[in-house]
Amino acid sequence: MSGNADDYEAVVKASATEGVAEFEGRKGVLVHIQHALHVNPALVPLFVLVMSIILFGLLLGSKFFSPFALTLILQQVQIVGIVAAAQSLVILTAGIDLSVGAIAVLSSVIMGQFTFRYGIPVEIAVICGLAFGTAIGSINGWLVAVMKLPPFIVTLGMWQIVLAANFLYSRNATIRSQEIEAEAPLLQFLGTTFKIGADADGRGGATFTYGVIAMVLIFALLFYVLSQTAWGRHLYAVGDDPEAAQLSGVNVKATLISVYAATGFICAIAGWALIGRIGSVSPTSGQLLNIESITAVVIGGISLFGGRGSILGPLFGALIVGVFTLGLRLAGADAQWTYLLIGALIIGAVAVDQWIRKVSA
Amino acid sequence: MKKLLVGTALAAITSAGAAMADSHGVSACLITKTDTNPFFVKMREGAEAAAAEAGITLRSYAGQVDGDHETQVAAIETCIADGASGILLTPSDTSSIVGAVQQARDAGLLVIALDTPLDPIDAADATFATDNFLAGELIGQWAAAQLGDDAANARIALLDLAVSQPTVGVLRDQGFLQGFGIDLADPNVNGDEDDPRIVGNDVTAGNEEGGRKAMENLLAVDPSINVVYTINEPAAAGAYEALKSIGRENDVLIVSVDGGCPGVQNVADGVIGATSQQYPLRMASLGIKAIAAYAADGTLPENTPGKDFFDTGVALVTDKPAEGVDSISVAEGKDLCWG
Repeated sequence: MSGNADDYEAVVKASATEGVAEFEGRKGVLVHIQHALHVNPALVPLFVLVMSIILFGLLLGSKFFSPFALTLILQQVQIVGIVAAAQSLVILTAGIDLSVGAIAVLSSVIMGQFTFRYGIPVEIAVICGLAFGTAIGSINGWLVAVMKLPPFIVTLGMWQIVLAANFLYSRNATIRSQEIEAEAPLLQFLGTTFKIGADADGRGGATFTYGVIAMVLIFALLFYVLSQTAWGRHLYAVGDDPEAAQLSGVNVKATLISVYAATGFICAIAGWALIGRIGSVSPTSGQLLNIESITAVVIGGISLFGGRGSILGPLFGALIVGVFTLGLRLAGADAQWTYLLIGALIIGAVAVDQWIRKVSA
Repeated sequence: MKKLLVGTALAAITSAGAAMADSHGVSACLITKTDTNPFFVKMREGAEAAAAEAGITLRSYAGQVDGDHETQVAAIETCIADGASGILLTPSDTSSIVGAVQQARDAGLLVIALDTPLDPIDAADATFATDNFLAGELIGQWAAAQLGDDAANARIALLDLAVSQPTVGVLRDQGFLQGFGIDLADPNVNGDEDDPRIVGNDVTAGNEEGGRKAMENLLAVDPSINVVYTINEPAAAGAYEALKSIGRENDVLIVSVDGGCPGVQNVADGVIGATSQQYPLRMASLGIKAIAAYAADGTLPENTPGKDFFDTGVALVTDKPAEGVDSISVAEGKDLCWG
């Protein structure tokens, strides 16, 4: 672009001598890395995750680098992880869902209240909770796809509506863990733990919950669906350029509605896992899940501009936050340091995203 | 005819004015942190009942979430504009709201802080609250008495409210330590104690989720923790889940503060060893009576002798009374609980 823009001949001559198909200036290690990252966007968060585990492992020794502590991180991030999986789907379509946490909490409240207030069998109450989450998601999707309202606005409103409904409906009353355990243990199902390698007293060792397994399964399933099915390719296409997708025969509206519905459904599963984790049904839980899930998605390398990123990224993103939180806690640092470093990670992640973008530009 | 009409109209206007003045004569505002937390729901019930009895018009306002400072300031401004006689306020932000409170007092309103003291405490005309330090001290004394000689080797986890260390969280935490017999260092700061029995402090946001995570974090620091102080009962319930997941729920003593009905039930079930109960209904009804007295003849409320606030009482709820520590039974606690 330099100098004389009208001198077309000179440009052609120069490029002819360079050879058309070669990119001499763009070879080198950095470009290979850039290309690798472009093809596998989850590599960056995976690298950061491994590095932070190594760092805290060296810093704290066995207190951190033990099966107990490492699986504790999995337990602590399971809810955020599941919600981040849901959030990823919406963000891949270039949207955003601010109502995820509220949907999760109200779904858990519905499961609890239906069982205890109306005496509905717990299996049906759980299904009602899951159906409710899916329904709210569908409404979000309909407003975005058919009414053409911006996702940010739709879900900002839905967040307030669902959260207010949550407090009003539950009368902000907690259903205690002991009652749930005695009368409706299915509600706590995803909190069931099992251990590998614990000592004779049942201490230490790797501890997993069904909620953690659910998180991993959800990511595995979404990874398969997004990379191997038509729906997955359509989702990426809609996120990248909805008009081009429409012209290529993708039903953009149906795809968007199904994405938001799936997000609502997965959030309801997170609500179920939440009951397992905290034991009780508490309408005050999960207030920060929307921000925490967006954090995990961004650190996980999914582009907020849609159409790019691997679904595995947010899993690593959530784990990075978990590693930092527990690691800094064990190191005795003030909790504010965690927020500060996570803030830096978010900005770093977006910077890396922009840098990788250059390879395709 | 014309004169008659004008006269009637004038009479109507003056009588309407008088009626307006009557209904405006004594009105009061209740501003709580949220209107969904059972604690504040109970507070509003108490205020409504007392206002109905005293013939006072009550308007209730609340923030959208705990920490919603803006809405509370707007509510104070509305009350001033409305010509209320007094405000009962449970501040979300204890120091930032002082300016708005001063405006109300300058306008001649009586401002009483309920439950949470302002910072400084004399920024309000009066404070009707639980003695949070005493509430902490009672559970500290009880925990030390339960352990007996083992108190000397206790491993203590402190589950506090928030990183910003609001007054209520500091008072309960420091009261607990004092009651347990630990040197406080600076009594206005959590976490500066150097007693080796303390494993650490962590924050919970006063809910189950935060309680569980904070307990897990501290157990990762030291799995032999055997005494857990919690800021409130939801945090205690979360801590219990964390202990249960590693099979230690029966050999750890959890103590708490609040006295909500689910919390008292948890004391009955042995989840929590003992809890200090506070009385929101009493705070609000006494507050309304104070506003009525102020509106009638300008009487200002007085503090409890020896304290810089009016103490609305606290009682230790447990079915395992300890010698030398006053307590009430779980059954009595259930009669007085809220939520």
